[in-house]
Amino acid sequence: MSVISEQAQSTELLRLVTCGSVDDGKSTLIGRLLYDTKQIFVDQLAHIEEASRRRGHDYVDLALLTDGLRAEREQGITIDVAYRSFVTPRRRFQLADAPGHVQYTRNMVTGASTADLGVVLVDARQGVVEQTRRHAYILRILRVPHVVVAVNKMDLVDWSRERFDEIARDLERLGLPDLRVIPISALHGDNVVDGSEAMPWYAGPTLLEHLETVEIALDRDLDARRFPVQWVIRPMSDAYHDYRGYAGQVAGGVWSAGDEVVVLPAGLRTRVEAVETADGPLEAATPPLSVTIRLADDLDVARGDMLADPASPPVVARELEARICWMSDRPLEPRARLAVKHTTRTVRAIVDELVSVVDVHTLDDQPSPERLGLNDIGVARLRLAEPLCVDPYEENRATGAFILLDEATNETVGAGMVLVGTA
Amino acid sequence: MSVSRSAPTLTHLDELEAEAIHIFREVAAELERPVLLFSGGKDSIVLLRLAEKAFRPGRFPFPVMHVDTGHNFPEVIEFRDRRVAELGERLIVASVQESIDKGRVVEETGPRASRNRLQTTTLLDAIAEHGFDAAIGGARRDEERSRAKERIFSFRDEFGQWNPRAQRPELWSLYNARVRRGEHVRVFPISNWTELDVWQYVARERLELPSIYFAHEREVFRRDGMLYAVSPYVQRMEGEEPFVASVRFRTVGDMTCTGGVLSEARTIEEVVAEIAATRVTERGETRADDRFSEAAMEDRKRVGYF
Repeated sequence: MSVISEQAQSTELLRLVTCGSVDDGKSTLIGRLLYDTKQIFVDQLAHIEEASRRRGHDYVDLALLTDGLRAEREQGITIDVAYRSFVTPRRRFQLADAPGHVQYTRNMVTGASTADLGVVLVDARQGVVEQTRRHAYILRILRVPHVVVAVNKMDLVDWSRERFDEIARDLERLGLPDLRVIPISALHGDNVVDGSEAMPWYAGPTLLEHLETVEIALDRDLDARRFPVQWVIRPMSDAYHDYRGYAGQVAGGVWSAGDEVVVLPAGLRTRVEAVETADGPLEAATPPLSVTIRLADDLDVARGDMLADPASPPVVARELEARICWMSDRPLEPRARLAVKHTTRTVRAIVDELVSVVDVHTLDDQPSPERLGLNDIGVARLRLAEPLCVDPYEENRATGAFILLDEATNETVGAGMVLVGTA
Repeated sequence: MSVSRSAPTLTHLDELEAEAIHIFREVAAELERPVLLFSGGKDSIVLLRLAEKAFRPGRFPFPVMHVDTGHNFPEVIEFRDRRVAELGERLIVASVQESIDKGRVVEETGPRASRNRLQTTTLLDAIAEHGFDAAIGGARRDEERSRAKERIFSFRDEFGQWNPRAQRPELWSLYNARVRRGEHVRVFPISNWTELDVWQYVARERLELPSIYFAHEREVFRRDGMLYAVSPYVQRMEGEEPFVASVRFRTVGDMTCTGGVLSEARTIEEVVAEIAATRVTERGETRADDRFSEAAMEDRKRVGYF
């Protein structure tokens, strides 16, 4: 086997979201990360050199690498979440680049929903500002397990250790999980991929070193077994006459043959006969593997049902109290009727009450709002036409999450995170 | 019972595979008439393998469709027919030649004539004719800049158009698959894969590929810095002298717009090594169709191209 195949056997995937605006130098940072890890191909480089010249820049604008759509290039802003990949000998990275303007909260929530790690940009001259607090808040409520704050433009504060320490102290108050603060200059490349000669006082890892080594394998929700049934495999062929397999993606716990199972919402009990894939049986399956589970008893199980550990089942809920991020131009008002898509099950819901809305400036909860507007984050109580098997989002990012659909327009109008589910 | 409760380390290929299988099952469960688009290229060969992983020992809950320009590499057509027969699945061929014969599109002429753009009409006609509400394809976000912003479930209106300003937010692994009659979604299970991931997966799964992906001696000529295969479908211009070279192809498009690269890589391992060291993107190097303008791909996608 060649070196490359061996590497493929051992490279983990890290999904990260970057938060910040053009002014923080976010696009430059991403460009720098791609450039210094040699991910930029010669034709892409020629392309942005040409584009930089056309715009009258006398330098190669690395930020142009991340502007995908024509409207974005014309307006010099980022409109939508962009996903891009890069690889180093130690890890494979999937980067969601979310625009940082106030009106684009929904993009950051989207990018953060799948992230293992969030990178927040702070301008060393400005320090922690309102936008920093907003980004930290979103990473916290979306439960992104690791956060790096890159204090950028250190060159513009004379590489000052005092300034950096001051900002780092302010950041500690934001309650971010597994926080790492790194002083950088994206423009000059200090502490992005390579170290910094200008900041000998900083002994920690560069941004890339940290991204390559942060421990993520234990972030998976391994405690309580959860398996939303996505698809029933019933070949009904001669070779597989009685075969009935429940296919889906493991949402929690470690699944093995012999495990006790409760099928929800019906509440039927059985055992796992086998955990398998098209390649054969597995000894154990954890999130996020897509597998097929066969059960010991012949039960009526369909898409939308959930298999779970009977010792610690999810709540079979008819009511949800949930944090909502509203993503539609048309505001959400009490009494609204929506569809809720949760794991593999979609049910109708009525908004019984809007409990609170977060003030974007102070991040305080304002009680009983009349509506939630585009990009508002608030708490609502939903009544469900049929039950959903939920966990608090705090305990499981897969079985605690849902999206809201407008049945008239088919649009995705909101994202939800379960706080409490009640029967 | 002593089943190990420690979590095994998953590789990036394990995670990307799990995500893709989940997407396949989600399309099958939520849409009424999906179709899997198959070009004979490596990405769609990976899709076939992922579909097996998603649905075996059952059958695919959708047919496989090839939009045939009539200007394909013969090796690819031979491979397509053999592979689909091995799988025992249903193949639909949508023909650009038929679209031309029916007057739905007009054939381009001259040395730069290509049927690449005509495929869009053939594809949209086939989707309408069969009433498909989802078309699963092998496009990847690393191929091109506008693709980086496209959703995994990407909505198309009744005219087959993509509107990049009005995309549905896509959170967690919860996909909104809702369409009205006449609309459809394009679904990209390997959106998050790179060219290198695809090759590593081909190596891991020991997938067979059409022979043109590996270095072989072929009569070629040089145009715009790219090497084109000599074929009856491309008219050579003055000074475009054919010569024999050892080449391989990085993508499998129509012979009129797909260029080869000089290469000695004759095995998957050798190709993977070459790609890991490569300095040019696959579409930039070998696809004339992306070179027309800065926003070439975005424009074609807006009107319904894959």
